[in-house]
Amino acid sequence: MALLPDQVLHIAELVKLSLSQDEVALYQRQLSEILAHFDRLNELNTDDIPPTAQVADEQNVYRKDEVRPWLANDEALANAPDADDGFFRVRPVLEG
Amino acid sequence: MRVSGLTISKAHAALQAGQVRSVELTERFLDRIAQLDPKVRAFLHIAPDVALQAAQDADRRRADGEDSPLLGVPLAIKDVLCTGDMPTTCGSRMLEGFRPPYDATVVARLRRAGVVPLGKTNTDEFAMGSSTENSAYWTTHNPWDLDRVPGGSSGGSAAAVAAGIATAALGTDTGGSIRQPAAFCGVVGLKPTYGRVSRHGLVAFASSLDQAGPLTHTVRDAALLLGAMAGHDPLDATSADRPVPSFADELVGDVRGMRLGVPREYLSEEGMDPSVSAAVRDALDVWQDLGAEIVAVSLPHTSYALPVYYLLAPAEASANLARYDGVRYGYSDPAAEDIWDAYRKSREAGLGAEVKRRIMLGAYALSAGYYDAYYLKAQKVRTLIKRDFDEAFAQCDAIVTPTTPTPAFKIGEKADDPLRMYMADVFTLSLNLAGLCGISIPCGLADGLPVGVQVLGNAFAEATVLRVADAYERVTPWHEMQPSLAGDDEAW
Repeated sequence: MALLPDQVLHIAELVKLSLSQDEVALYQRQLSEILAHFDRLNELNTDDIPPTAQVADEQNVYRKDEVRPWLANDEALANAPDADDGFFRVRPVLEG
Repeated sequence: MRVSGLTISKAHAALQAGQVRSVELTERFLDRIAQLDPKVRAFLHIAPDVALQAAQDADRRRADGEDSPLLGVPLAIKDVLCTGDMPTTCGSRMLEGFRPPYDATVVARLRRAGVVPLGKTNTDEFAMGSSTENSAYWTTHNPWDLDRVPGGSSGGSAAAVAAGIATAALGTDTGGSIRQPAAFCGVVGLKPTYGRVSRHGLVAFASSLDQAGPLTHTVRDAALLLGAMAGHDPLDATSADRPVPSFADELVGDVRGMRLGVPREYLSEEGMDPSVSAAVRDALDVWQDLGAEIVAVSLPHTSYALPVYYLLAPAEASANLARYDGVRYGYSDPAAEDIWDAYRKSREAGLGAEVKRRIMLGAYALSAGYYDAYYLKAQKVRTLIKRDFDEAFAQCDAIVTPTTPTPAFKIGEKADDPLRMYMADVFTLSLNLAGLCGISIPCGLADGLPVGVQVLGNAFAEATVLRVADAYERVTPWHEMQPSLAGDDEAW
């Protein structure tokens, strides 16, 4: 199926991308082509087929909820674009 | 010492006999990297200090009486595996300058075994691609023809081994990213069973599909590396808690009585290069001469693997890559005003075109109104693909297919057509969807370019695929072939 420009903008907002005009046109065309190819999955009747989400032979894996040493504060902050007083610094989340 | 084509086994023999020290071997590889990598561009980061320190440590351990096959052996690491003392960029501007606070479990295990890390190899951004052209830094060149791609996404690792600038390399395989570049570069590439190798510290692309594995000159080397990488890890809840066989001991060179399945769907694939089909048919004759029985099997849903993979992997990626928010690490746009603006601008500038395409595709497949039609449908067809393999493996011990429909393509040939690029993975994708293991080994040349044949095995049957591949390798010359690179002072 062909996507509309508004749908491309909606998807971009879901994944938090600010696309340029050119990108909207490019992804509208490319994603539409890719999705059209994928429509052939509808050739298969899967009414009675269970979905497969993962293939590991383990099911639930539990561990004790114990505190253990991991990264020191400065190690955790070492790659932060902005840090202050032992914390990650973020831009305002709420206005006013 | 001549090191191009040097296998782990030969390096070990020379180190063990005292013919060479690890420091000398490492210096020789670093010289070769300086000489040849400006043409191949396999490495994103070369780490002489890390390498020489590791080599000194290995020499000391050996002098103290320790001996193991990997002690002091120089190898390269794909740049999606975290390394505490080297940058880890995933081929992305988003992670330029990122230095992980810890080693991936596979890296830590190999370090304990004494390997010498030479540096980090190029990859398509976040391992999304089939050519390394999606790397934000540069495209790696195929050592067999510098105008061609090395394959991807582990193209830097495959090219490094093929060019003889690393003894072996680590890669990752989500839909063929070890096997396809191995085929294009004429080296061995092994994708382990899902759960065989810990994913802790493997930067996540598609968590239900990703596995790390070795790229090597020989099947024996792949067995040695896999043995050191594999095993349960409490830090990866999907890693399998089951014993790891001594894979190298399983290489008995005998395939008599084994049944090798050939899926009829693969050799009839549209777009199949006749010279690739011919090389794979010749390989089947070799196995038959060795006493294996060739049986026809069917994997009827093969042609649906591509749409299933390119819905499920991007869906998982769209969730995994949500972590790149420019807050805890990664690129952050300094001009952004509030946090929402910062997310959008940082991701817009930090991520490349293919990554954006995939996370948008994945988010669409997961979104309200489309989840059932795309994501759930793909998960159901994944079940059918897995059942195909279950039924095929009831009739045979291993499955043999071409690794790719064609040899390496030209740089730029498919770069503007994502769907055609995705088709390069048509023979490798279904194995990841089913969570099974497989190896690609060189089986000939087509117009001077390497061709790979793939041996696929059931879950945790790595010993079987290694045995089948090794038996072939013992009686054929293809694993010894090397490209001739201009400026190589070891060239004949």
